Amino acid sequence: MWNRFTTPNGMSRRHFMSHMAGASAMLGTSLSLGHSLRVHADTLKKNQKSCILLWMGGGPSTMDIWDLKPGTDNGGPFKAISTSGDVQISEHMPLMAQQMHNMAIVRSMSTREADHNRGRYYMHTGYVPDANVDYPSYGAVMAHELITQRPDLEIPPFVAVGGASEGPGFLGMSWAPFNVTSNGRVRNLEMSVDSDRLNQRRIALETIENSFISQNRGGVLEDHRKVLGKTFDLLTSKQMEAFQVDKEPTEVKERYGTNGFGQGCLLARRLVEAGVVFVEVDLGGWDNHQNIFRTLENDRLPVLDKAMAALTSDLQERGLLEDTCIVWMGEFSRTPRINGDAGRDHWARAWSVVVGGGGIKGGQAIGATNEDGTEVVGEPYSSEDVMASVCHALGISLETTFTSRNGRPMKIANSGKLIKGLFA
Amino acid sequence: MLLLTGLTLGALWAQDEAGGAKNPRRATIPPQTEKIDKAIEAGWSDAGIRPSPLEEELKWCRRVYLDVIGRIPSFDEMSVFMKDKSPDRKLNLVRKLLEDDQYTEEYANHWSTIWTNILIGRNGGMEERSLTSRQGMQKYLRDCFANNKPYNTMVHELVTATGASKPGAENFNGATNFLAMKVNDENGVQATAAVSKVFLGLQVQCTQCHNHPFNQWKQQKFWEFNAFFRQTRALRRYVKGTNDIDHIELINEDFAGEGSHPDKAEIYFALRNGVTKVAYPVFVDGTAIGKSGYVSEVNRRNELGNLMMESDFLDKTIVNRMWAHFLGYGFTKPIDDLGPHNPVVSIDLFESLAKDFRQNSYDLKQLIVWITLSKPYALSSKMTKDNESDDPSMGELPKFSHFYTRQMTAEQLYSSLAVATQANRKGNLEEQQRRREDWMRQFIVAFGTDEGDETTTFNGSIPQGLMMFNGELIRAAIALEPGTWLHQLSTGKGTPQEKVQFLFIAGLGRKPRPEELAVATQILVARKGEVGGMLQDMWWAILNSNEFIFNH
Repeated sequence: MWNRFTTPNGMSRRHFMSHMAGASAMLGTSLSLGHSLRVHADTLKKNQKSCILLWMGGGPSTMDIWDLKPGTDNGGPFKAISTSGDVQISEHMPLMAQQMHNMAIVRSMSTREADHNRGRYYMHTGYVPDANVDYPSYGAVMAHELITQRPDLEIPPFVAVGGASEGPGFLGMSWAPFNVTSNGRVRNLEMSVDSDRLNQRRIALETIENSFISQNRGGVLEDHRKVLGKTFDLLTSKQMEAFQVDKEPTEVKERYGTNGFGQGCLLARRLVEAGVVFVEVDLGGWDNHQNIFRTLENDRLPVLDKAMAALTSDLQERGLLEDTCIVWMGEFSRTPRINGDAGRDHWARAWSVVVGGGGIKGGQAIGATNEDGTEVVGEPYSSEDVMASVCHALGISLETTFTSRNGRPMKIANSGKLIKGLFA
Repeated sequence: MLLLTGLTLGALWAQDEAGGAKNPRRATIPPQTEKIDKAIEAGWSDAGIRPSPLEEELKWCRRVYLDVIGRIPSFDEMSVFMKDKSPDRKLNLVRKLLEDDQYTEEYANHWSTIWTNILIGRNGGMEERSLTSRQGMQKYLRDCFANNKPYNTMVHELVTATGASKPGAENFNGATNFLAMKVNDENGVQATAAVSKVFLGLQVQCTQCHNHPFNQWKQQKFWEFNAFFRQTRALRRYVKGTNDIDHIELINEDFAGEGSHPDKAEIYFALRNGVTKVAYPVFVDGTAIGKSGYVSEVNRRNELGNLMMESDFLDKTIVNRMWAHFLGYGFTKPIDDLGPHNPVVSIDLFESLAKDFRQNSYDLKQLIVWITLSKPYALSSKMTKDNESDDPSMGELPKFSHFYTRQMTAEQLYSSLAVATQANRKGNLEEQQRRREDWMRQFIVAFGTDEGDETTTFNGSIPQGLMMFNGELIRAAIALEPGTWLHQLSTGKGTPQEKVQFLFIAGLGRKPRPEELAVATQILVARKGEVGGMLQDMWWAILNSNEFIFNH
């Protein structure tokens, strides 16, 4: 039902076979794989917008991090501390406390999906799972809309670090996340043949591939061809250096934290500098049905605090924060009531996400929860609203529509509305 | 493997295209297959569409090998199929794959792989401090499929299993691995969700916390179903003298209930408005069992297993799963959601096939015969003007008017390369399977939840592309060292053209087109006449092509 090609920005780039009309022209012409030689350093454009999603798999307890209720039955043992912004956060986030002037906490999230898979899908797409339509996730949508800002980008515009993210849905596999581990290692990059021979193989492959596509056996085959093209691009690209997070000085690596998430956040900064549109960095382990406070204090929060603070301050120092939106969220949060195992269960009714950069007014909390943290006070916000606000921060028009095959227009971010007060 | 004698396979085509297989005697068609054809054809006329033509039989043969035993046919196997001129050659082939001893192991491996992924996930058993023995799960399932254990018996065993999870441990019962990691935490909520979804097609996970607006299940029903699992524990057994888990023992123990009446062992749950309710074991159809928590009085999982055997959801769920396996889409989307909110394609056929399956003693092999011989399974994947609208990937309900193109699984790719190139075939089947699992691990990406959710990057995205370009598996498949398959081909008899033809037949089940032969000729020039190098390049291109990686 979806027409994949009707967005304002279009999407045709590098149909790697289109410039090779026939096999007869192939040898000797030595196809240029050399467009990769252009170096990225000075291609960073003023208007080039990016987004980094810090995805907290499992559903973090936001009332122990961003919206504390000390002294109440549900509050738990953590204290609130003051920050560089006009908000208080958990005492176990001391480094982020110094960065809060850059970040806004939306404390009035209220959603309905409290199952991991459904919640993950909903928070990534703005849609609840639907057996008949496969919706694209943040990364695919943003990459699709912003790719024309970076004509020289040869590496994938959507990278998922240390986690799976969600797929490209009806936009097709060529917009899928490029999954790498947090050390930036990309498997199977080493070619066994030189580029001339690779070209010859490519032409043989193209010849087989094209005749099969022309047989009208389904759209997945066209996607296969596009992905092959992107794979060829990346094989020979100098921009792949952005993945070599190892090349960073030890001091920097340590500032982010020498763990998967820390290095992943550092990698995210490098990728954004190289022109990648959307980077998702995953930190799991928030599904704390048991012993939540010990786990948060000793394990999850120190890791999060260090990496997120280093990323935020680095982006600011490099002048990238204006054009880079940071989003922190999980699939939902956890029950305000503490259960019998000193844990908290799933809770989607009242919780927080954190956003900053990209022109978002930092240092503030938007909305609030009631005294015991169970309900939102005032206007509730949804996944759609967060997505719409992030689109706005990246300069993507909320009037952007995707058109279904039967002509039904669908607004970007499922018609979400801007969260009031996020933008000055 | 026979090499150059096979180069004459082209001759077999010529005969076939001239109608060699069109014997006047009609092929044997089981009544269930006739029923399928009739119902699906009626669906076409209702929708105003027309089916694609039948696919060439050699392509059909490739499908059957991929779907029934998990790999493409070898050159020899294709030749044997083409030489069978009986009107029943399709039936003969399916029967051979299902019944001939030479395929028992591959059949059992293929289906045990599929079911291992369904029951414990692609990553099951590889988690840190896992309670699951992946080997144990596979061993149990291999035995089931090798012996063609009736499906209902298998389900009963999986749901009621007790014993040790790991092969070699005293009291080993591999079936315990299904529930090993689903009963200890969160009061068995995961066992509840998995058993109802996998075997009954009922999605209940959301109703754990609240009544779901689109689901007939209420929160009460969830906890009543959950109550069946409350006697079950997975006890850790450690490696002697260490803190490392060796295996688990799945046991039933008396359940005292959350009140203090073991003879009426109740559980409590909270509605969203805070009101506390009580639940006892009650099956989805409303049948209640005894409330006692004493195993000697009421073995709750055994009762559940028995009740499931009577449920027609059991029959429908497996028929739906098998149909989707062969036809690409099920009668519902997703296949494991049979709730009344979810539309069903060809509901009469669906229900009737489910009844037939029950009446035929839950014999999976019969079900496979019925489906693979059917007309929708034999159609070309080429869409026509008259059926282009039949595209379930665009949200339409499937009409099965053409075969739906789909990518091979990573496992199918691995096994196909093994058979096409003889690579990775060292060691016994278990060692081969372990090597394949090691290789598979590169594609698994986990989500950070307690439920061990995961996905695969073998999904047509760039990491898969890179693996197909440069990965070890492909390097082995195109290796030219003496002793390799490609070396044998390149140094054997025959012209370079014949050898290229051989590659196309082995990989794609068809002869090369003129433009493809032309590319090969030019590459041969670029390789300065070195045939091995040219074959390497062409084989690389074939393996990387859509036509190879897709089941079509």
